[in-house]
Amino acid sequence: MTKISRDDVLRLAQLSRLQLGDDEVDTLAIDISNILGYVEQLDELDTDNVEPTYQVTGLENVWRDDVVSQDAVSRDELLALAPEAVDYQVKVPKVL
Amino acid sequence: MDAISTITERIKSGASSARSEVEAALERAKAFEDKNIFISMTSERALERADMIDQKVKNGEPVGSLAGVPFAAKDNFLTYGGLTTAAAPILSNFEAPLQATAVEKLEQEGAICIGKTNLDAFAHGGSTENSAYGPTKNAFDDNKVAGGSSGGSAVAVALGIVPFALGSDTGGSIRQPASFNNVVGIKPTYGMVSRYGVVAMASSTDSIGCFAGNVADTELVMEVIAGRDQKDMTTLPDYFVPEATTSKKKVGLIKEFMDEGVDEAVRACVLEYAERMRAAGHEVEEVSLPVAKYALAMYYIIVPAEVSSNLARFDGVRYGKRSSAANELGELYDMSRGEGFVAENKRRIMIGSYVLSSGYFDAYYLKAQKARTLLIRAFNELFASYDLLLGPVTPSPAFGLGENVSDPIKMYLADVMTVPASMAGLPALSVPAGADEHGLPIGVQLIGQQRSDAMLLTVAREMEATNE
Repeated sequence: MTKISRDDVLRLAQLSRLQLGDDEVDTLAIDISNILGYVEQLDELDTDNVEPTYQVTGLENVWRDDVVSQDAVSRDELLALAPEAVDYQVKVPKVL
Repeated sequence: MDAISTITERIKSGASSARSEVEAALERAKAFEDKNIFISMTSERALERADMIDQKVKNGEPVGSLAGVPFAAKDNFLTYGGLTTAAAPILSNFEAPLQATAVEKLEQEGAICIGKTNLDAFAHGGSTENSAYGPTKNAFDDNKVAGGSSGGSAVAVALGIVPFALGSDTGGSIRQPASFNNVVGIKPTYGMVSRYGVVAMASSTDSIGCFAGNVADTELVMEVIAGRDQKDMTTLPDYFVPEATTSKKKVGLIKEFMDEGVDEAVRACVLEYAERMRAAGHEVEEVSLPVAKYALAMYYIIVPAEVSSNLARFDGVRYGKRSSAANELGELYDMSRGEGFVAENKRRIMIGSYVLSSGYFDAYYLKAQKARTLLIRAFNELFASYDLLLGPVTPSPAFGLGENVSDPIKMYLADVMTVPASMAGLPALSVPAGADEHGLPIGVQLIGQQRSDAMLLTVAREMEATNE
């Protein structure tokens, strides 16, 4: 069974952009190990030569005309949702 | 609770008004405050809309098929008139700039949303205990869970606060709480109802449905919200038309859902329902679906994978709550997400990141999607000989508050009978079928082929009539 270490959890947290508390790291290491242990029962199924199913109703690419939708939410309404906006731009702290 | 048609008739005839119906529903909601059903009420907008409908009735103008009927929406449906939180801290200040298509369609028919119901944060869970606003209590027992993730909507209908409520079902989030609270719940065929304006969880199984006190009301609501939507390209072409009557059906009782792991009272209720189906002229035979027991394992790979992708958009930058402690952009992402998600959200996001990461993709994600093909094949083989399948909704009636919170796998196992239909995109109903010795409700599940929603509902409605 796959065993997830504290370091694995921290690596996954980094990939997932999540800051975790110290106590959370220990719990997650146990929980994720257990859950992966559970889902590994799929190894009992023979899936050789079986195609994967990603979409269940047989849908293929759906296209629409590349035009601006008339009932789209306005720029002002969207900017109003941003925690900080200046001069029609969303403001964030420094990148580096 | 009166049927929807009774409510609309008394409003149209002038015996009642939309305002008095809405006021009465708001009062009922207040009377049940200790159940923690609603995250917020949309009273102001609801009363404004009620007055508008009453004016139309007075002027003799056309009002819709649901004119003046109060309803509740799970708080992952974007609505006007208040906040849409998805029960997660990161959306605790989110005022939606648009409404979900399902809500818009209901409003076009005159229905009135009175409030937003509690759920597990981002619909991750089966008990509403993962809500940032605390759990909803079961309609029948304050010490038991409401079920989830659409627990608030199920209890709102069960207690007669509203005649119907909207929910979403990714792996059982409508059917399981419907079963725990003695109401009808439907997860339609994948793509029957637009998901536009509903907070996305796992896009390959997310489905929109409803709870109601009886099957006929369920059909009325689904007829309004079903259909192709240009804003959701995964919606199917219109096909849902309720049927008046149905013929005698061949029903497969799923053997694997009736084994010793299943509560005795649940098995008894399913067998009794099967007997009643026979008495009504349907043919019921035991069938085998061995691969169904793997559906939960597929689900807990595929769903976290999709969750990790769908929840990447919550970054504290463009909307929602931003951490106030961050000094630079990377920190802003990490801290806003760390503070803004509940434990179960983080667990699923990280499992998703794991199964999608390079080196593990084939062993987990691809394996699960291949296993999914086997499950779909097995369902198709059964549907070659049977019109619908019957079984329990959950292995037990509602469990205790706090009973499963420290053990995620035990919590996940409550979904073991609802995820197979989700993985295959099949329509499935949960209908009331009795109770255990403590009076806790038990539902049965009816599963059909894709697009057989109307047939399933008709069978359930006729069965409901035989029980009166």
